[in-house]
Amino acid sequence: MTMKKIFESPAEAMADIPDGATVMIGGFGHAIDRPQNLLKALAKRNARNLTLISNSAGVAGRLGIGSLGGKPFIDEEILIENGQVRKVICSVPASLVMSKPNAFERLYREGKIELEYVPQGTLAERIRAGGAGLGGFFTPTGVGTLIEKGKEKRTIEGKEMILEFALRADYALIRAYKADTMGNLIYKGVMRSFNAIMPQAVRIAIAEVEEIVNAGELDPENIVTPGIFVDRVVCIPKEGVQ
Amino acid sequence: MKERLSREVIALRAAREFFDGAVVNLGGGIPTLAANFVPEGRTVIFHTENGALGFGPIPGTESEAQPHLMGANGLPFVPLPGICFFHHADSFAMIRGGHIDITVLGALQISEKGDLANWTFPERGLGNIGGGMDLAFCCKRVIIAMEHVTPKGELKILTECSYPITAPRCVSLIVTDVAVIEVAEEGLVLKEVAPGWTVKEVQALTEPKLIVAADIKEIEL
Repeated sequence: MTMKKIFESPAEAMADIPDGATVMIGGFGHAIDRPQNLLKALAKRNARNLTLISNSAGVAGRLGIGSLGGKPFIDEEILIENGQVRKVICSVPASLVMSKPNAFERLYREGKIELEYVPQGTLAERIRAGGAGLGGFFTPTGVGTLIEKGKEKRTIEGKEMILEFALRADYALIRAYKADTMGNLIYKGVMRSFNAIMPQAVRIAIAEVEEIVNAGELDPENIVTPGIFVDRVVCIPKEGVQ
Repeated sequence: MKERLSREVIALRAAREFFDGAVVNLGGGIPTLAANFVPEGRTVIFHTENGALGFGPIPGTESEAQPHLMGANGLPFVPLPGICFFHHADSFAMIRGGHIDITVLGALQISEKGDLANWTFPERGLGNIGGGMDLAFCCKRVIIAMEHVTPKGELKILTECSYPITAPRCVSLIVTDVAVIEVAEEGLVLKEVAPGWTVKEVQALTEPKLIVAADIKEIEL
């Protein structure tokens, strides 16, 4: 018996995300790499009190930075301005244009949302470690800066390093190019970013893709994310964000 | 008011540091422009932290741009033969693992010892660390390309940074609109000045005492 992985709509795939969940949001920050349809469905579902783990706190979508022709796109801001988010763990929380503050900045200044700053490489490796069953790792990044505060320090091979702990979450929302019915994923260009490392680190990974094909139709030599990491797949609906 | 070098010329001067075969990561702003000034006869492999290695310049026309071929600066790029893609954990393994030869970054402040501050300042109360901290800590050579002082005329090259730092003692070369300065053990060494600028005038815009290189020259354009 195989588990059913293909879901009919983003809403169906997201139907059990509860209040208080910790959710990883994939992508680097460009229109092509964000799970825009899943984000939209999560906003509609209105699960509250969420903790997000993502590269950004919704800093570029509204400004259209990272999309062709500067067209605005959906990012974490849709959840944050909807008051659904309690805390964000990210490397880029503040609007990319200082004169146009994002929802995160406004709520942060009012003390209504929490932030954990993580340098981008440390964030990627904490997620990778979480997916790989590790407890953490030592990195030189951050030694002698605000980032080292409260962290265990060691000198390893003559270099000072800090201990960073692995990250895991309840859900990951990611975007890929194509999936097969086993949940195997391939990407296109720079889409892999955080999308290809988050499914490993969560209880339930949900992917939106441009196309779903039968098992055997993707070249196994080219599969980037093995299907056992992926629990649910949704084809982007015709009326959705392509 | 003396003429200063344009942003393009600052980028051009920084790009002269790219050796043949160098793997280079460019930060946003002036550093991004350096992609257009790779010295003739040299091949540079550009890295972007969102997961590509081996791309060329920004496309000349909008129709050439593709949504999945875009750098961390949010701008599309032209793929070159041999380009490859990878995820974020691999991308930062390249950075932390010492596989990137040169990074060119912008700066808000730089100290005499080469400490770099470029992610936030106290009045904003919030900032974006992004990939800059890993780059500053781990790339083999950190070059700063920036305007020498702020638009308000405040000094940026200081005895000590007053802003939160990105990485301590990481900068090796500073290229500005008026000078090229090397960060050495003994202090900041003034190597080149912009055409028409004197050592004294550059010193007036720089807090720490500059050591004047024996072979100081004008920046060649």
